[in-house]
Amino acid sequence: MGILDRIFGNHWGVHPDDRKRPAADLPLRRLPMPAHLYVPLQQHIGAPARPVVLVGQRVLKGQLIAEAQGATSAAIHAPSSGTVSAVGEITAPHASGLPVPGITIACDGEDRWLEAADIPADPFALEPAEISRRIAAAGVVGMGGATFPSALKLTLGKKSGISTLIINGGECEPYLSCDDRVMRDFAVDVVDGIRLMLHASGATTALVGIEDNKPEAIAAMKQAAASFPEIRVCPVPARYPMGSEKHLFSALTGKEVPADARTTDLGVLVHNVGTAAAVHDAIRNGRPLVERIVTLNGGAWRAPGNVVVPVGMLVSDLIAVAELKEQPARLIMGGPMMGTLLPSAIVPVVKGSSGVLALTAAEAADGDAQPCIRCSSCVRACPVGLLPLEMSARIRNEDYAGAVDLGLKDCIACGCCAYVCPSRIPLVQYFGHAKGELAARDRTKLRNDATKRLVAARAERLERETKEKAEAAARRKAERAKQKAAEAAAAAAGAQADSETTA
Amino acid sequence: MIAAILSLTLLGIALGLGLGVAAKKFAVEGNPVVDELTALMPGSNCGQCGYPGCAGAAAAIVDGTAAPTCCPPGGKALATAIAEKLGLSLDLSGMVDEGPKIASVSEEICIGCCRCIKVCPTDAIVGAAKQIHNVIREACTGCAACIDRCPTEAMVMKPVPVTLQHWVWPKPALA
Repeated sequence: MGILDRIFGNHWGVHPDDRKRPAADLPLRRLPMPAHLYVPLQQHIGAPARPVVLVGQRVLKGQLIAEAQGATSAAIHAPSSGTVSAVGEITAPHASGLPVPGITIACDGEDRWLEAADIPADPFALEPAEISRRIAAAGVVGMGGATFPSALKLTLGKKSGISTLIINGGECEPYLSCDDRVMRDFAVDVVDGIRLMLHASGATTALVGIEDNKPEAIAAMKQAAASFPEIRVCPVPARYPMGSEKHLFSALTGKEVPADARTTDLGVLVHNVGTAAAVHDAIRNGRPLVERIVTLNGGAWRAPGNVVVPVGMLVSDLIAVAELKEQPARLIMGGPMMGTLLPSAIVPVVKGSSGVLALTAAEAADGDAQPCIRCSSCVRACPVGLLPLEMSARIRNEDYAGAVDLGLKDCIACGCCAYVCPSRIPLVQYFGHAKGELAARDRTKLRNDATKRLVAARAERLERETKEKAEAAARRKAERAKQKAAEAAAAAAGAQADSETTA
Repeated sequence: MIAAILSLTLLGIALGLGLGVAAKKFAVEGNPVVDELTALMPGSNCGQCGYPGCAGAAAAIVDGTAAPTCCPPGGKALATAIAEKLGLSLDLSGMVDEGPKIASVSEEICIGCCRCIKVCPTDAIVGAAKQIHNVIREACTGCAACIDRCPTEAMVMKPVPVTLQHWVWPKPALA
């Protein structure tokens, strides 16, 4: 952080010790397939997928086991061959420890792929919409952690007129190196995936932003992209949170995304490098997203490094094969800044899991929160220019509207404020709590509106029923009167006939 | 006979007119704030607050005899909205929000008597005579009006399960 940056206000973010090596430099490993895979049906933003297999059914690796339902959703495929042993609930890799619907597969150990049908000889001859359809069918979601369905993003991008594709190879979180490994080992695949995404989104240029603490990845990507002038590899300075969509956009284009807009409003679509590799696999090999590279890092692992893990493998199974040196003080899925604190190890790896960190007590550096001393370190660190200390004070007093006025909705939950806080105040947790509370209030309001509609519908029904009853009663009365008249007439006619016969 | 009919009719007309004129002339203006509050409330007139319907509760809140936190289905969101409208300072800590609850039918006990269906303010219970009833979860407001009506205690209030989508980070403990 130079003095010029300070003068011009370009002082966002923090510079944590990245601790990526030696794990980043070790070759990629493949782990033995566990006995069971626990595949959640909600591994993406949007509606959970709908199961299309039955218990006891045999499935092959890559076979569709749950289809996307609704506009925003993603398909889910079997991560290995075996038998479906349960369709039920699985503990989510989430701080709450709540269950989500999921499918359990008992693996047969053969790991046999489903024969890929219909691989296009030249995908660039296909319609862009067809590419997006195939990406959706392969269940590809954003691999950077947000897990937004990729095909939907490309389609929406095409609709809003995208000119540039930014490929996010920032990987600014400390400890993680899965994207680094993807770029080093599969640079050609990533470049091919980028070209396919350019074709699908209608963009003309792609900028690959890679932090300058990954020189090997930059070299590999530059070499792979050398013959494609539309793809430019741009090293960016290492600074957290460079991997945030809006910040990488600013670093590469020099423009800033407005608070109420997205990068797509400025003609730019951002995708992760892992997503590009998954797109390549889906289109060129017809293979859906069923496994991913996961970084095992942190002082408690016996052998840190990057491993290829099938979706649905339990963290406890990972621990069984990769082994821990000591009991970790904290088990985290994702990075140390934004990752999820795991309540237990019996949770599966999902499409968005970039790493499993087992931190020792020294690394976790736990401590009690102290009162705020108003040092404003958090204000300087906040990459979005908010006032974390003021927002947290309001949230502490349940003044959520006040926190929103200070820009709570622009908070990207990057954790810079909590990282620099000398009083160890859990600032991000305050913001997470407030966002959840506001969402809950919005839901209550919607519910009250729905209740009003239901009450009105009931009142209308009661009125209609009373009217119908009255009408029916009137009808019956009229019928009875008619019947009586007919009877009287018949009796009169009978009497007349009688009198005639007697006469 | 005719004299009696005529005199009663005339009396009726005269008194009716008198009442009508009085209603117009001595009309008491309804408090518009009460109407506004009533519009904010769920409107199911469930009676959990102890007042006769939502309008009654709104009037009591405006009078100051009821707290803005008295509406359980409205929850904290409604309490804050009311307090904001009336410019009250609100202490939400006293409001024990034990989470939303909805009614549910124990199917093995239900005899299909239809009594609960008649009192449900949102038509959230489906069923017919001698058929097991059931509650539509999306439509139930948790007003508990049906609970006392059930002759077999088959109706119970159950907490709505927390899902991943509805989970809220707990507020950090104070330093």
